Amino acid sequence: MKKLVLLVLAVFTVLTINTAVGAKTMTVALDADPVSLDIHVQLSGGMLQLSHWCFDPLVRWTKEMTFEPRLATKWERINEYRMRFYLRQGVKFHSGNTFTAKDVKWTFDRMRKSVDYKGLVEPFVGVAIIDDYTVDIVTAKPYALLLNMATYFFAMDSQFYSGQDDNGQPKDAIVKIGPSFALNNASGTGPFVVKSREQGIRMVMERFKDYWDTASPGNVETFILTPIKEDATRVAALLSGDVDFISPVPPQDFKRIESDAKVKLVTCNGGRIITLQLNQERRPEFKDVRVRQAMVYAINNQGIVDKIMKGTATVAGQQGPEGYAGYKENLVPRYDLEKAKKLMKEAGLEKGFECTMIAPNNRYVNDEKIAEAAVQMLAKINIKVNLKTMPKAQYWDEFDAKAADIQMIGWHSDTEDSGNFTEFLAMCPNAETGYGQYNSGNYCNKKIDELTLAAQSETDLAKRAKILQEIEQILYDDAAFIPFHWQNHSYAGKENIEIEPVINSMNFPYFGDIVVK
Amino acid sequence: MFAFIVRRITQALFVMLIISMIGFAIKNKIGDPVRDLVGERVTPAEREQLRDKLGLNDPFFTQYSRFLKNALQGDLGHSFFYKKPALSVIVAKAPATIELVLGAAFIIILVSLPLGVYTALRPRSFFSRMVMGFSTLGVSIPVFLTAIMLIYIFGVQLNWLPSYGRGETVDIFGNGWWQSGFLTRDGLLHLILPCFALASIMLPLFIRLIRSEMMEVLETEYIKYAWAKGLNPMRIWLVHAFKNTLLPVVTVFGVQIGIMFAFTILTETVFQWQGMGYMFLEAVERSDISLLIAYLIVVGSVFVIVNTVVDIIYGFINPTVRIAGRT
Repeated sequence: MKKLVLLVLAVFTVLTINTAVGAKTMTVALDADPVSLDIHVQLSGGMLQLSHWCFDPLVRWTKEMTFEPRLATKWERINEYRMRFYLRQGVKFHSGNTFTAKDVKWTFDRMRKSVDYKGLVEPFVGVAIIDDYTVDIVTAKPYALLLNMATYFFAMDSQFYSGQDDNGQPKDAIVKIGPSFALNNASGTGPFVVKSREQGIRMVMERFKDYWDTASPGNVETFILTPIKEDATRVAALLSGDVDFISPVPPQDFKRIESDAKVKLVTCNGGRIITLQLNQERRPEFKDVRVRQAMVYAINNQGIVDKIMKGTATVAGQQGPEGYAGYKENLVPRYDLEKAKKLMKEAGLEKGFECTMIAPNNRYVNDEKIAEAAVQMLAKINIKVNLKTMPKAQYWDEFDAKAADIQMIGWHSDTEDSGNFTEFLAMCPNAETGYGQYNSGNYCNKKIDELTLAAQSETDLAKRAKILQEIEQILYDDAAFIPFHWQNHSYAGKENIEIEPVINSMNFPYFGDIVVK
Repeated sequence: MFAFIVRRITQALFVMLIISMIGFAIKNKIGDPVRDLVGERVTPAEREQLRDKLGLNDPFFTQYSRFLKNALQGDLGHSFFYKKPALSVIVAKAPATIELVLGAAFIIILVSLPLGVYTALRPRSFFSRMVMGFSTLGVSIPVFLTAIMLIYIFGVQLNWLPSYGRGETVDIFGNGWWQSGFLTRDGLLHLILPCFALASIMLPLFIRLIRSEMMEVLETEYIKYAWAKGLNPMRIWLVHAFKNTLLPVVTVFGVQIGIMFAFTILTETVFQWQGMGYMFLEAVERSDISLLIAYLIVVGSVFVIVNTVVDIIYGFINPTVRIAGRT
């Protein structure tokens, strides 16, 4: 009997101690869950979020868009082609293996083999191991964005991923379709270890006991991720208390969340620009710079931000948002209907013309409504636009085929740098080099191409910013595209969750550092 | 009889062939699955390579015959998104949908029977009028609106019931396949709202059906005779009238259950219920075409098999069916 009492007491104390320490559980509902545990299988926002939860990069972006040491403690430029990274010592992988320079090199070599990452790491020659805790990252040309790229170097456990799995397939194989070892197994150095994962249902992660970053304020022990696709259901799940944190928050529910004392809403600037491209090859009218300008002047993008986006976007006049190297303060939105009409008259198109437009209806926040608003606004300068919207599954094929005169595209620079916008959206389309891959307007200006390429290899950041600003100015004057706004990211959580410190404009919430009171 | 069975089975196979062909014909219209598998940076040339590797660039009949060959061996292809055989994805999602439909069917039976009978017996009472009024309203409200309203009222405002998902489930067969929500309190609580939402579509129909059938039966000669005999009213209503009401209702019920599976698509989407309907909608959005075709084949074959079996049984019971089939 005594033994039993003791046992009960012991169990009881263990239980109370556990709760006293504050083992916090946080349930997060996002609109989708990661498609795989293999971080190199797809380059997407969702996969990068996962990378930050279960792995660590060499350096990462802070809220203020500066670099913060993670697996690299410091770094220095050796010469124009080479940067040296000093790695953190005593870091363990989830498997128990120790992190060293060879894991960095191994990870880089694997990125090379990934269809998705290979474009991103193209400027690099390779990683040279200096000693166990020092590596040099070497580029083919002088490359200004080397540190930006180092945020993509999430060290994978080379020992864990070596060898063959039960199917006789190498464990490091990157498989798009079909089973692979890395699809269901992960070993990184990150704050969370994956405990279980049912795709599309839930993923349970637990705090890594040997996590190196003991200075992190994060206190979430169990992190449960569950995808809820329907906007209304996601909001309801938060309001009813079933989940602790949601993202994205649909603009129409902002008021509802703000009026509820138990939950709070946090938004932050994101870098995704929403634009319309005007196809000059399909529509001769669009070749005339006055017509393009008239169309830009006709679009009341401030109105769209206020009415449709409910203030959850930043109105734009150029490609890159504030904080980016190419941002130029004088390039403001320019809604002016009178001026637009005047320009149309000058171009001899007072009577207007008819053209076609396509836009997705489930890709960007309120994309269909924005497109409809644009159609109405263009009608005021007698441009009759026949709009067709479609789900993203069908949209991109149409977009690539340049199936309409006006096409919508949103773009987020994955280097967090101005040059990337121009490379993909405004340079002359060239199938060989891949530049202008998403330039469905066929806007082509040799000067822009020259400047963009010059900016790539300029390592003097001040000089480089000048070039990027010049590009923005030319695109602005040329009315190369119609800008709407930069989308904001939106998050909502219960009152006891400190969301603010862990979010950033990349939309990588650093849940490892989140504090639950 | 043997000829009849052979003919029915040949017909069934032919129908399956047509379903698979239709599925294959529309698949290229749904979108490019490769798009959903790669990031924005991947070049068109590399996407093309991937398409080649997946065999998506082969001519229609090459792809179709390859599919048929594999299908005959029970392989309906790999889901692009789940990276698993499509058939096993569907099988894993089936229990959730079946439980949802069973729960809804239970609610329909439990609610429509007493209400239908009552409104037939007391057509002029205030309560009957209210029930009929609500049922008209019920028919006209789309299911996703009902679902969101239920979530809002019982999940958010009153906070009585959970708002999404299946909650805690129990593994019935011990092999991880059938995760049941019927056996835990949490699982049952999670079932309530989605089942009511799904039931709301069929409920008005059944109340009305039972009511009109019952009223019809009450007018028949044998009921009048029973009244004249001076039988206890309860006995007349529940034993004589109600029993005969049930026959057509049961037939309709069987058909409607099948239709209810189709309605699960909307209900499951709103409640983030991880069943086949939700899976189907997601697959459309991701252009996961191999999963879509597999789904069409599976659902199609369930219907075809059930109908074929029923027809054959009919043939045994009622020989005229066999003769009618011959002409």
